[in-house]
Amino acid sequence: MDQILISATAAARLLGGLWLPERASTISPAVDGVFNLVLGVCIVFFSIVVISMILLVVRYRNRPGAKPQESPSHNMRLEIIWSIIPLAVVLFVFWRSFTVFLEMYTVPSNAFEIQVTAKKWSWTFEYPNGHVDENLYVPVNTPVRLIMSSPDVIHSLWIPEFRVKMDIPPGRYTSTWFEATKVGDYMLLCTEYCGELHSDMLATVVVRPEAEFHEWLAKAANFMEEYKDNPAKAGEILYQKRGCAQCHGIDQPKPAGPSFKGIFGKTHELQGGGSVVVDENYIRESILEPQAKVRAGYPANMPTFKGLVTEEEIKAIIAFIKTLK
Amino acid sequence: MTEHTACTTDGHGANAHPAWLAHHFHSARQQYESGKLGIWIFLLTEVLFFSGLFCAYAVYRANHPAVFVDGHHLLSTPLGAINTIVLIFSSLTMAWAVRCTQVDQRKAAAVLLAVTLLCAGTFLVVKGFEYHHKWKHGLVPAHEFAPDEQYLESRIGAHEDGSTLGRDPAQRVRNVRTFLGIYFGMTGLHALHVVAGIIAIVWVLRRTVRGDFNRQYFGPVDFVGLYWHLVDLIWIYLFPLLYLIH
Amino acid sequence: MAAIPDSAPAARPAAADNYLTHARGLMSWIFTLDHKRIGVMFLALIWVAMALGVLFALILRAELADPGETIVSKNVYNRVFTLHGAVMIFLFIIPSIPSSLGNFVLPIMLGAKDVAFPRLNLASLHLYVFGMLFFLFTLFVGGLDTGWTFYTPYSTETNTWVIPAVLGAFILGFSSIFTGINFIATTHMMRPPGMSWFKMPLFVWSLYATAIIQVLATPVLAITLLLLAVERLVGVGIFDPDKGGDPVLFQHFFWFYSHPAVYIMILPAMGIISEVISVFSRKHIFGFKFIAFSSVAIALIGFLVWGHHMFTSGQSPLASTIFSLLTFFVAIPSGIKVFNWLATMYKGVVHLTTPMCFALLFLILFGIGGLTGLFLGAVAANVHVHDTAFVVAHFHYVMFGSAGIAFIGGIYYWWPKITGRMYNDLVGRICAVVVLIAFNMTYFPLFIMGVRGMPRRYHDYERLLEKNPEFFDLNVIASVGGFLLAGTLLVLAANLLFSLVRGRPAPANPWGAATMEWQCASPPPHDNFASPPPVTDPYDFGNLTYDETTGGYVSAP
Repeated sequence: MDQILISATAAARLLGGLWLPERASTISPAVDGVFNLVLGVCIVFFSIVVISMILLVVRYRNRPGAKPQESPSHNMRLEIIWSIIPLAVVLFVFWRSFTVFLEMYTVPSNAFEIQVTAKKWSWTFEYPNGHVDENLYVPVNTPVRLIMSSPDVIHSLWIPEFRVKMDIPPGRYTSTWFEATKVGDYMLLCTEYCGELHSDMLATVVVRPEAEFHEWLAKAANFMEEYKDNPAKAGEILYQKRGCAQCHGIDQPKPAGPSFKGIFGKTHELQGGGSVVVDENYIRESILEPQAKVRAGYPANMPTFKGLVTEEEIKAIIAFIKTLK
Repeated sequence: MTEHTACTTDGHGANAHPAWLAHHFHSARQQYESGKLGIWIFLLTEVLFFSGLFCAYAVYRANHPAVFVDGHHLLSTPLGAINTIVLIFSSLTMAWAVRCTQVDQRKAAAVLLAVTLLCAGTFLVVKGFEYHHKWKHGLVPAHEFAPDEQYLESRIGAHEDGSTLGRDPAQRVRNVRTFLGIYFGMTGLHALHVVAGIIAIVWVLRRTVRGDFNRQYFGPVDFVGLYWHLVDLIWIYLFPLLYLIH
Repeated sequence: MAAIPDSAPAARPAAADNYLTHARGLMSWIFTLDHKRIGVMFLALIWVAMALGVLFALILRAELADPGETIVSKNVYNRVFTLHGAVMIFLFIIPSIPSSLGNFVLPIMLGAKDVAFPRLNLASLHLYVFGMLFFLFTLFVGGLDTGWTFYTPYSTETNTWVIPAVLGAFILGFSSIFTGINFIATTHMMRPPGMSWFKMPLFVWSLYATAIIQVLATPVLAITLLLLAVERLVGVGIFDPDKGGDPVLFQHFFWFYSHPAVYIMILPAMGIISEVISVFSRKHIFGFKFIAFSSVAIALIGFLVWGHHMFTSGQSPLASTIFSLLTFFVAIPSGIKVFNWLATMYKGVVHLTTPMCFALLFLILFGIGGLTGLFLGAVAANVHVHDTAFVVAHFHYVMFGSAGIAFIGGIYYWWPKITGRMYNDLVGRICAVVVLIAFNMTYFPLFIMGVRGMPRRYHDYERLLEKNPEFFDLNVIASVGGFLLAGTLLVLAANLLFSLVRGRPAPANPWGAATMEWQCASPPPHDNFASPPPVTDPYDFGNLTYDETTGGYVSAP
């Protein structure tokens, strides 16, 4: 009985959630409209084909004494009908899709701009007041424009519930926009294969009421000021926000980079021979010039943070690492 | 059940044909026309093959004209012109060789093919000089690009185009690197096709001397000739696009 | 007449000399100029390629059956999906029908002794072997992890073995081009007297349209891959933004070939369906000219739609709009074919032999695959499903479910002609039904997952389960289906191989088809025909009657 209930709930969940994800942006309903239009067209034509096929196979199946009956092998009128009707249908679908696409492409004026950097394998979002975060915080019911770039390979930003997706090739900026309609947390995924940890390159879109958003933004930007007397705490926040946590675990080691647990003061073997003591200088060098001394046993994949962290922030990170015994 | 009476196992006795007529063709004309169609389609694929490079050239020239303005000063127009004349002349001798084969003038055909080969060799020698010269000045776009800065200054800096004066030297090096990539890519691929052409012409020359061809069977010479004309034609496009830019 | 009984007594004399017995020894195969032997060797190699591709697929499905790391690490997974794609596309599907069945059947369908350029044909085979060796080498040294699409700059920077794979694809491209040149020349130059274009079988039309694409599109792939290899070797900077290059340019070059490539895959498959449906409905194909012209239309329009792979790449909205419109146009000729095939069955007599079962399976799976293309052609919808499991489902339905299934149907159709043996038809038909179920189990869940938020090329979906717990069940269904599907393919192959040992000898025309290849013995003699048989309507079955003694059809005198 339990098994049946579990399966039934799963089935209901499946069917109920069979189709599109939650609609959480202004464009989602329109996109879903196009989707469902195409779905309708598919169901209709598929049914016509499969039902005809079954009927024909059954009606004309081979039986003893069956002979093919005289019938023409071409009919211009039929050909025209079944060319024109599908053509009209697809043109209609094209037109509906085109109008929605125009909407998707037209950025409203006064959109709130956020700079996005996608790199192997984390996201960073920079807000107008300079705050940098690893998650995308946005105010609800406000058009938000993302200006995106990548320093390494092509990534792609996808927020399924917003129906928004745009590739981020290196060497140029791409942009997209959305207006969230529901407060909540949503997934942001990288959807252009970018290497080993492509499937780990996730972030959260945090949609909050406008006032709450601005309050958070003001506070977040000032965390260095807020934790002036506790640089290790500031360092921990930086460790999360700047994407270090993506590759450098603490308790849970990650394959892409060395864990930070207990490394301060230790001696590490280097790729290509030699060794180094993990002190303030080594940490600072690894942040600014990560390829200078790569620890043996790890790939030389770390991107540089030169220009992306200030000296104060580096000091905070060092302080944080020192606390990790 | 009767099989079709025309079915037969192989037996040349019933189907005697001259050695130069392949057994699956029923006439010299069918064989020749088929070969002609085949080589034209192949040449079409070659055009498409090069078109990717020409397309990349067009995109780069449109987006980064500075690259070409800087880069083309590094090429020797006189040497390029010599190569152009040599190749055009070789096309003439090749076409003439085809004609001679068609009218059974074996000796003349052989001589003309040999002259064509000579021209092809000359082209490669001149190209060799050009490439060597570039290599000497570090102008090969490898992973470690280390051009002779003084040489660059003398070739590019001296030109009073206005556009090149006062340009940031690092940018100039990047521009030159991109241009050289395109230059070596296009002329290198072309040179490989010249080498392939040489091999093909040596082959038909050998067959000519051996007496394989006659009034009814001259397809191979004709088709190699067509290939050679295409190689020439591609150079005729490359020359102005790379050497004669202003 | 009922389905062909495979236990009817053979009442024929000992087999006459045929292309298999004509000459003996390994050298007589390696250096053969006989299109039939070349076709058979291609067939054997293509099966090997398919097996390799299926093996990779099973590793992927086993890994995805459970979230998190199951049997392979991320790095290995990334290499496996790359090799799966590259092997399946370059070594399996693209050469599959033209190089094996096309090579074997085309000249005989034209009453000719061989293709126009037998030595070029042999070269095509040897190049295929070299290409395969390059891929095997790549696999042996550890593979590459770029995805079969080799997008830059990841592919120019990764320290995996890109260059041998790319060179392998380059060589295979020339194998394909040579086949295309051969088929165009053969079709133009070697038709028998009286066979106008409109008396030519539709399979030939489809191979001709395919050859046009092979010849025009493949050279562009060749130069693209060459540029990629040069960029890796020498650091030229055409696609690398750090050196002034443009990564999106690579995508344009790549898809300019790779979109027409999918029509290389599907057009010959549709040609097979035209033959099979007509023969096993005992009725003239409906709308011959429309089917013929639609093949050419697909070939030509197919060159104009490559940008629909790049709607989210940052290309201009004008470009996206134009590509979207043209993509919708290319859907129409395919629809025309499907309606004409259905009309062919009307008032016919439908024999559900294995080839026919696969043709009907094609109609179902191509129906789904082709129609889901509409989601991808509509820009607004495309944005949501691009680079997700939805796309993976779509292309498996059209590449595997349509082209692959038609290939199997075609092998089952021409097997008696190629080998001179009849196989167990019941086993084939049961397999067709199992494939229908297993295929949909494997790939339909991917449509759902893609729409709900499962990106492509993800090794691990554990973090997605919180919002989408159904991904777990759907992946399990897909993996079970995948293994079932692979098992069925094995049975289908075993059925054929078994017939080589125990199948009854095949008559010249077991199916009662009216195209020329059925007028010589099974297997055909070395020379096919001394002179071509008289040209008749290739879909007129009027004067073919069944002969009990041989279990095949004969022409009424």
